[in-house]
Amino acid sequence: MQELIKRAKELLADGTVARVLGWKAGDLAFNPEPAYFETPESLEDFVYDGFCGANLSKYMIEASRLEGKTMVCLKPCDTYSFNQLLKEHRVDREKAYIVGVGCKGKLDIEKIRKMGIKGIRGISGAELAGDAETLTVDTVYGEKTCAYKDAMLERCHVCKGKEHKIYDELIGESKDTKDADRFAEVERIEAMSPEEKFAFWQSELSKCIRCNACRNVCPACSCRKCVFDSNKFDSAQKANVDSFEEKMFHVIRAFHVAGRCTDCGECSRVCPQGIPLHLFNRKFIKDIDEFYGEYQAGEDAESKGPLTSFTFDDVEPGIVAERG
Amino acid sequence: MQRIGVFVCHCGSNIAATVDVKKVVEIIAKEPGVVHAEDYQYMCSEAGQSRIQEAIREKNLTGVVVCSCSPRMHEATFRKAAEKAGLNPYMVEIANIREHCSWIHKDMQEATEKAVILARAAVAKVNLNAPLQPGESRVTKRALIIGGGIAGIQTALDIADAGYEVDIVEKTPSIGGRMSQLDKTFPTLDCSACILTPKMVEAAAHEKINIYTYSEVEKVSGFVGDFNVDIRKKARSVNMDKCTGCGVCQEKCPSKKIPNEFNRGLNNRSAIYTPFAQAIPNVPVIDREHCLKFKTGKCGVCSKVCQAGAIDYDQQDEIVTQKYGAIVVATGFDTIKLDKYDEYAYSQNKDVITSLELERIMNAAGPTKGHLERLSDGKAPKEIVFIQCVGSRCSDDRGKPYCSKICCMYTAKHAMLIRDKYPDTNVTVFYIDVRTPGKNFDEFYRRAVEQYNVNYIKGQVGKVIPQPDGTLLVQGSDLLDNKQIFKKADMVVLATAIEPNPDVRKIATMLTASIDTNNFLTEAHAKLRPVESPTAGIFLSGVCQGPKDIPETVAQAGAAAVKAIGLLAKDKLTTNPCTAKSDELLCNGCSTCANVCPYGAISYEEKQVNDHGIRETRRVAVVNTALCQGCGACTVACPSGAMDLQGFSNRQIIAEVDAICR
Repeated sequence: MQELIKRAKELLADGTVARVLGWKAGDLAFNPEPAYFETPESLEDFVYDGFCGANLSKYMIEASRLEGKTMVCLKPCDTYSFNQLLKEHRVDREKAYIVGVGCKGKLDIEKIRKMGIKGIRGISGAELAGDAETLTVDTVYGEKTCAYKDAMLERCHVCKGKEHKIYDELIGESKDTKDADRFAEVERIEAMSPEEKFAFWQSELSKCIRCNACRNVCPACSCRKCVFDSNKFDSAQKANVDSFEEKMFHVIRAFHVAGRCTDCGECSRVCPQGIPLHLFNRKFIKDIDEFYGEYQAGEDAESKGPLTSFTFDDVEPGIVAERG
Repeated sequence: MQRIGVFVCHCGSNIAATVDVKKVVEIIAKEPGVVHAEDYQYMCSEAGQSRIQEAIREKNLTGVVVCSCSPRMHEATFRKAAEKAGLNPYMVEIANIREHCSWIHKDMQEATEKAVILARAAVAKVNLNAPLQPGESRVTKRALIIGGGIAGIQTALDIADAGYEVDIVEKTPSIGGRMSQLDKTFPTLDCSACILTPKMVEAAAHEKINIYTYSEVEKVSGFVGDFNVDIRKKARSVNMDKCTGCGVCQEKCPSKKIPNEFNRGLNNRSAIYTPFAQAIPNVPVIDREHCLKFKTGKCGVCSKVCQAGAIDYDQQDEIVTQKYGAIVVATGFDTIKLDKYDEYAYSQNKDVITSLELERIMNAAGPTKGHLERLSDGKAPKEIVFIQCVGSRCSDDRGKPYCSKICCMYTAKHAMLIRDKYPDTNVTVFYIDVRTPGKNFDEFYRRAVEQYNVNYIKGQVGKVIPQPDGTLLVQGSDLLDNKQIFKKADMVVLATAIEPNPDVRKIATMLTASIDTNNFLTEAHAKLRPVESPTAGIFLSGVCQGPKDIPETVAQAGAAAVKAIGLLAKDKLTTNPCTAKSDELLCNGCSTCANVCPYGAISYEEKQVNDHGIRETRRVAVVNTALCQGCGACTVACPSGAMDLQGFSNRQIIAEVDAICR
C-alpha cells in the first residue's frame, strides 16, 4: 500500500496524472470505498487491503470525460472489465494510467459474520503485506480468528488468474486463488425441474428490494440511460406489473449483459440481500462456452464477442432453443 | 389516438367457413381507436378496395387494418389502395386470419377467437404507426452469375443478349460444369459436349460477358440494385494473355499422379492441367498443392518448355471488386458421399461405381477412352446391375429425403447405350419406382425395356458382396415376385443422390439468401416466384434451387435471366422506409449494432449532442438508410434500446404482444 501511495504521489507530482482513482478508508475497518485523490495530501486516506473488492473500471467512464489522465488501480480481474469497456468505446485508454495492483483474494465481511464473529471492531491480517493466512478479528466480545481463505468472496474461489490483462505498470504480487468449479452451482440449478428452478429463484429474488445496487455497480450496465429509468420504453412498467416483479428486472438485466459480462461478481458482492445474482450471468457464460466455444469477455479489447459475430460453426438456433 | 378502420375479408369461404367474420367485426369495433369495421366477401377485389377507400375518405381514417390473407399476398394491394385514397401506405397493417387462422383451425369458435386476437394486435400496432416515406436507390446495370455450368451460362447469355454486362464467376479452371462431364443426354441421346460447347464458346465470345474462372466470390455487401462484390481470382500461375493453349507444359510436367477431378478420380492428371479438352479458357492452371516447383522449389519444367513464356510462379491471388445490380446463384450440385452406404461395397471394390463415374467411363475422353470395362481388371463386363435411389428418397439420416429426379432417366439412358453398343452384356436395374414425367421421357424408358430388353426389377438391393473370383454378388428383393434374388454381376452402378454444391451454404450466407434443410436455396414463393430468392436482387438458376435435368435447368436459367433483366431495366428502385434509426441520446456508442449488422449499414460518428442541457461530443451510431434492409438485428442487440426499427418499433411490437396476451 505504501508503495502505491508513493507511486501515486510521484505521478501526481510529475503531472502524468491529474487524479488517482483508488479506495479510501470507510467508517468501519472493513468497508473501504472507491475514491478520487487529487492532491498528495489527500492520499493520506488511501487504503488498499483485503476488503478493497470494489472494481474501479466503471468509474473510468466518468473519468474518461474529465480533464487529464487518471491513475486507476485495477486488480487482475478488474482489468477484464476495463478491456470490455474499452471494446465498447465506453472508456478512453488515453485517459487512463493503469496501475495493476496485486491481489491475493478479497474478503467478504458477510462470510466472517456467518462464522458467528459479531461485533467487529477491527481486523488485522487483511493488509496485503506478507502472506497472512489467518485473520485476527477484534470484536466487542474479544479477539477471534478465522482463515483468510474461508473469508474470501465467492468470486475469488473461481479466480480468473493472477494476470493483469491491461496495465501501464504493476505494483504488488498477485495470487491465483481458484479452488472451486466455476459452474458447479449453475449445474446444480440446471439439474432442477422447472418447478424447482422457479421456486429457487422466486425465493431468492423475492428478497430483492430494488435498490439497484447490482445495476449501479455493474461495469456492463453502463448505458447512458437505463431502460428501467426511461419513459421511452415499457420495460420499467413491465418490471412492475407482475406479482413477482423483480424477476423481470433481473432477467432482463442478465439478458442485457449477456456476452459482455466478465463475471466480475460485483453484483453479488454489493447485493444487501445476499442474492446470488452472478448465477444468472454465469448461466449465460456457460451456455456461450458450450454453444460457441470458450469465451471470456474482457480477455482483450478487440475481438468480437460470440453473440455479436457469426461463424459457420455456430450452433443452429433450434439447438439453443431445445436446451432452454 | 388514431382513427382506425378494420376490414374483415371472407376470402370466399376460405376464411368465412372457419371464422365467424361478423363476430370479428362486432368485437373489433369496440377496440380503442377503431371508428369503422366491416366485412366483405373479397377485400382484394376492386369493389373491396373501393370500400376501403370510401371509408378512408368518409370517416377520415388515419389507419387501416385488413384482416385477410398473408401480407405476402396482398399487403401491397391494400397499401396502394389506401395511398390512392390519400392515406400514407405504411398506415395499413394486415392481420393474417387465413394462413395463421382459418386454414389451420377446424373449430369455428377457436378460429374466431384467434382472428379477434390477431386483429386486436394489428389495431394495437396501427395505433402506434407513423407515416413513413420511402426513398430511392440506384440500379447498377450489371449482373453477377455465381457458377459457370449450363445454368449459369444460359442465364448469362440471356442477360447479355438483353444488353447488360454480365460476369460469370466459376470456381474451377473452366466453365462447363457438370454437363461437361456427361457423355450423352436423355431423351435424345445427343452428345453432351456437342450441345454444351457451342454455348460455352458463345458465352466466352460474347462482348457483354466477362468470365472469371478459377475464381470465387469472397465478400458481398450492399443490397438489391447495388451489390458490392469482392471476387478472388486465384493465382493460376499461368499468364492468360500469353498462353497459347498448346498443352506442351502438361505433357512434360513430371508430377502426373494427381487424381483427375474431371474424371472423378478414375485416372490421373499432371500438376499443370486444363480439366478437359474443350475447356474455356483453354489456359492451364498449376495445382500448387501438388506442383514440385511449389513443393520443393526444384523443377520448373513447364516454364522451360513454354514457348510463350506464360508460366508465372510468382502470380498472386487477385481481388476484383465490382458493383452489381443483380446476382444469380447457379452453383449446381455434386453427388453425395457414399461413406454411409457400406452395404454397396463402393469403397471396397473398384467395380462398384457411381453413375457419374460411368459417364466418364463411357466418354471417349474418359479414363478408358470410352470402352466399357471393369476398372479392376480391364475386362468387359457381361452382367451389369444398376441400383436406383442410392441416398435418394431416404427415410433415415444416411441419405436425402428427396427424389434426385434425374436418376431414372439417366439409368435408362445408360442401360440403353450399353445394350446398344454391347448387345451381349445383360443389364439389370433395381428400382423403387421408375419416374419419367417429362416430354418423351416415358417413351424413352419404355424403349429401354421393350426394345433393348433391359431387365427392370422392382425392389431394393440389400447388399453387394465382392466374390473371390472378382465378381460381385448382388442380394436384392423382387417385390413383384415376392422373393429374394441373388444376382452375379461384373459391375454395379449406383444411382447416387445429388445434393447442392457444399459451397452454397457459404454463398447463401454472404448473400443473406435462405436455404432449406437440404441446402437447396429457397425460392420466394414455391409456386409463384420459383426463380427468385426471398432476398431482393438474388435469383436462382439450376439445381441450387432443387433437382433438375438439363431441359428444366435451361428453362429456369432463362426465367432467372428475365427476372434479373426486369430489375436491371429499372433506373431507380423504391427503398423500404422500414429502416433502423438510432436515438443518439440513448446511444452508448458501443458498436454492438455495427457488429451484428449484416449489411454494413451502421457507422459511428463523433456528434455534438444536447442531452437535456448537457452539450457534449459523443460517439453515436448512424444508420445509412440506403443500406439498411430493416432486418432488426441491431434493435435486439442494442443494450440500451437506442436502436429502433421504423414501422416495427419496440413499442409497436410490445403493444402487439400485450394485445395478444390481454
